[in-house]
Amino acid sequence: MLWNTLLLAAREIRRNLMRSALTMLGIVIGVAAVVTMVTLGNGATASVAAQIASLGSNLILVMPGQRMGRPTSGSVAPNLRLSDADAIDTQITGVERVSPVVSKSVTAVVGAKNWKTSVTGAGNTYLGVARWELVNGREFSEAEERGGKSVCIIGDRVRRELFGSSDPLGSELRLQSFSCQVIGLLKAKGQGSMGNDQDDFVLIPLRTAQRRLAGNTDVNMVMVSARDGASTERIKERITLLMRERRNVREGQDDNFNVLDTKQISDTLSGTMQILTLLLGAVAAVSLLVGGIGIMNIMLVSVTERTREVGIRLAIGALEREVLLQFLVEAVTLSAVGGLLGILLATVASITLSQFMDLPYSFDVGINLLAFVFSAAIGVAFGYTPAKRAARLNPIEALRHE
Amino acid sequence: MSADGQPALIELRQVTKTYGQGQAAFQALAGIDLSIERGEFVAVMGPSGSGKSTAMNIIGCLDTLSSGSYRFCGVPVETLTRDQCARLRRSYLGFVFQGFNLLRRTSALENVELPLLYRGESAATRARLAREALADVGLSGWEQHTSAELSGGQQQRVAIARAIVTRPAVLLADEPTGNLDTQRSREIMELIKRLNTERGITVVMVTHEPDMAAMARRIVHFIDGRIAADASASDAAALARARA
Repeated sequence: MLWNTLLLAAREIRRNLMRSALTMLGIVIGVAAVVTMVTLGNGATASVAAQIASLGSNLILVMPGQRMGRPTSGSVAPNLRLSDADAIDTQITGVERVSPVVSKSVTAVVGAKNWKTSVTGAGNTYLGVARWELVNGREFSEAEERGGKSVCIIGDRVRRELFGSSDPLGSELRLQSFSCQVIGLLKAKGQGSMGNDQDDFVLIPLRTAQRRLAGNTDVNMVMVSARDGASTERIKERITLLMRERRNVREGQDDNFNVLDTKQISDTLSGTMQILTLLLGAVAAVSLLVGGIGIMNIMLVSVTERTREVGIRLAIGALEREVLLQFLVEAVTLSAVGGLLGILLATVASITLSQFMDLPYSFDVGINLLAFVFSAAIGVAFGYTPAKRAARLNPIEALRHE
Repeated sequence: MSADGQPALIELRQVTKTYGQGQAAFQALAGIDLSIERGEFVAVMGPSGSGKSTAMNIIGCLDTLSSGSYRFCGVPVETLTRDQCARLRRSYLGFVFQGFNLLRRTSALENVELPLLYRGESAATRARLAREALADVGLSGWEQHTSAELSGGQQQRVAIARAIVTRPAVLLADEPTGNLDTQRSREIMELIKRLNTERGITVVMVTHEPDMAAMARRIVHFIDGRIAADASASDAAALARARA
């Protein structure tokens, strides 16, 4: 009986190719949309999380300026000074490393090629604080840092743009009005959390940047890394107090500098990511629903034809359960094949889009299963229910169904 | 009981059928008695709404009766479950409908094979018997055509092939020629008549065309849910002439 039922179901699917294809299409689209969107959302979240981790969890940034979001009080906040960095280093407990940073946007030139990039002036401590690794070459020597020598360590993007496949080590790189020798190459980190390319910068000693690019002894930002186990909150409080004192901020006045830690940054970003993922999920749910309605439509449109078919089968001696089993097998087959095709399509689409968008791809078993089960349930319910109703009728009523 | 002591093939006793309930209730059959012996060719006639199709559906176990009793070969059909009725249909009954009721987009051969499939016959047996049945109705060579590719007369022949492929005891035909022109009707009638005389298949046929009914050996007249006349065809013809 089972074999015959399978045969009948297969015949019915083949005979009604259009109806079968449309039913499957509904399921394919529903499943593929949900799975692709959620997979991409997961990839984006994972990518942001990885970037935050690459920033280091114990990083504190001190920048001049009004607190974000407040109107300026008119006066321009004074820049930070090198002595501020020294003071943080020597007077605050729990601090591991302090790296004062100068940065400027500059066009770098090698031979006939030029590339607009950002120059960061900082010491070797910057590499540790910002978690950079060298793949080639060496760090600055003490003499180079102290003497403000013309040497540089370049990011991977700069290497690609200016040197292509040739070895950059030892080559000269012209920045604005001076040339510096490439002594090191950094390991690529990829896209940053704001969509920026983290590898697009040139690192030169702080003093070199101050002298050759800025022409003053100011510092744009001080990066501080906390010791393991030290509370970044406490360190931030202490830095704030110290800086208010050093910058003569009177009581009752707002800070004219910002102290941020990566936790704040990551909180902001993960909040945004959550909203995005929710949005994607909502869009995906709608497409699943639309796919489901498509399935219902196809199935309900064919109810009359199917009811008569049930009547014919019953009249010539089919048992009720034989007819029902056949319809169930048909619905399950269409739903399962449609679901699998949807998953296949989603996998191909997710991998392609992930590569295109530079996101990590991972197969999410949960969402695949959920989308498959949901669509299959709709397919089976709407394929099977009309048959069930028809099979309960007297054969003659089913035959007369208009 | 028939003369030889065997139970009649079909025996209806005080059968009623009511559709709907309360005020909207409609009595299609108001208590009919009818018995049909093996090998008979019975034409059921009557105006629309006289209950002839209802009686036919009850005889075919396609519909249930409201009261009374129906014995098929002595078996009380009203006590059977739906599945038992289905088994009775697949083993003893063949149906031919006015609207043919073939499966759409399905070849003639597969349509004819269908009852055998439900009886669990092997693929080889199915194909052989279905081809034979199609040959019997004169449709050799048309096996692979779907109903859309066949004329009305051919479709009805496929339906007859499907009805007789299981070698049923009774062929039930509900206005089998109702959708056909005179020429096709005559051919279908001759085919049914031949099945009755050559194969001994009992035929019960609903029709409202006297010409067709005249080919039967017995004519049962329904009026308002009752049997108004039940006579051999020659008597009926005489009656009709007398009325005219």
